[in-house]
Amino acid sequence: MHFIEYLSRPWPWYITGPLIGLTVPALLVMGNKSFGVSSSLRHVCAAIFPANISYFKYDWRKESWNLWFVMGILLGGLVSVTIFKNPEPMHLNPKLVQELSGYGIHDYAGLLPADLFSWHALLTPRGWVLMVLGGFLVGFGTRYAGGCTSGHSIMGLSNLQWPSLVATCCFMAGGFLVANLLLPLILQL
Amino acid sequence: MIPTMSEKETAYIREVNTDFEVASLHEDFAQEPPVARRLAAQLKFLLAGICFGVILIKGEVISWFRIQEMFRLQSFHMYGVIGSAVVVGMVSVWILKKGSFKTIYGMPIQLHTRAFNRGQVYGGLLFGFGWALTGACPGPLYAQIGAGTTVFIVPLLSALAGTWVYGLLSRRLPH
Repeated sequence: MHFIEYLSRPWPWYITGPLIGLTVPALLVMGNKSFGVSSSLRHVCAAIFPANISYFKYDWRKESWNLWFVMGILLGGLVSVTIFKNPEPMHLNPKLVQELSGYGIHDYAGLLPADLFSWHALLTPRGWVLMVLGGFLVGFGTRYAGGCTSGHSIMGLSNLQWPSLVATCCFMAGGFLVANLLLPLILQL
Repeated sequence: MIPTMSEKETAYIREVNTDFEVASLHEDFAQEPPVARRLAAQLKFLLAGICFGVILIKGEVISWFRIQEMFRLQSFHMYGVIGSAVVVGMVSVWILKKGSFKTIYGMPIQLHTRAFNRGQVYGGLLFGFGWALTGACPGPLYAQIGAGTTVFIVPLLSALAGTWVYGLLSRRLPH
C-alpha cells in the first residue's frame, strides 16, 4: 500500500523526463521503432478514409505497432486514474492562478480546468476554439512539420537531427506566441 | 495477394517523404521477420504505450496548466522533463550505436536521418499554436481520454481532420 501511495504522488521532472527518454531505446530494441506519436493520426487516416489522397497511399499495416502503442497510452491514462490517482490538487504558480481567475476559471482540482475542457464547455466559444481549432492545428501542424514533441523533440534530438531542433524551436515559439498574446483574448470570449 | 496501392504511388510518397515518424517509408527500411508481425509481438507495444501513458499522467505532462506555465516561464517542470528526456535519449542512442546492439529479433539497430524542409518551420509554428490552445501534444490527447476527460475525443477527431486536410493539401504547401 505504501508503494502505491508513493507512486500516486505527482512524479518530479527528474523521474518523468528520464523515463520518457528511455522510451527511445526501448522502442528501438523492440524492433527498430522510431518513437513518435503523431504519425498514428496519419495511419488512422490511411486505414479509414484515405480518399484516394496520395499522402495516405502507403502500407499503414507496416506501422501498426504505432496504433498498438497509442491504444496503450489511452489505457495508461485509465490505469493512472484508477490505481495511481493523485488525491491532492495540483501545485500551480500563483501568478497563473491569478491570471486565469480573471477569466472566470475557478476549478484547479484536476490536471486541466473543467471550466474550459468539458462537454458543457464545448458549446462555449472559447471551449470550441481551444478544443476544435486547437486539435485541428495539432493534427495539421505535426504532419506538416513531420513529427511532434515525441518524434522531433525527443526522438529527432536524441538522434542528433538538426531539422528536429529547428522544429522544436518553432513548436516553442508558436506556443509562446499563442499562450501570451492570443490566449488572453480567447479566454475572454 | 491483392496489391493495396500501385508501386508508382508508393514510390512517389517515398520520394517526397518529409515524415520523421514513419520508418517504413524510408528507402533503407529493413523488413522485419514474420514473427515480429504476429499479434502477440504487437502486445509489447501496447504494454510500452501503457507505461508511457502512466508516465505522461503522473508526470503531469498532460496538464493544460503545466503547459501554460511552460509558455509563461512560470515553472521549470516541463523544461526539466523535456530536457532530461532528450539527454537520456541522446545517451541511449549513442550507446546503442557504439555498442552495435541488435533488436530482440537480431537485426542491427537502424536510425533514419531526414533533410530540412520549410514544413518544419511552418508546421512547427502551427503545432505550437495548437499545443498552447489544447495543452496537449498528440500523446496526451489519447491519455486524456483514458484518464476520463472524455471530451478529448473532440480534439482527437479534430486532430485527425487536421491530419487529413494536410494530406489533401500537402503537394501544394511550401516545403
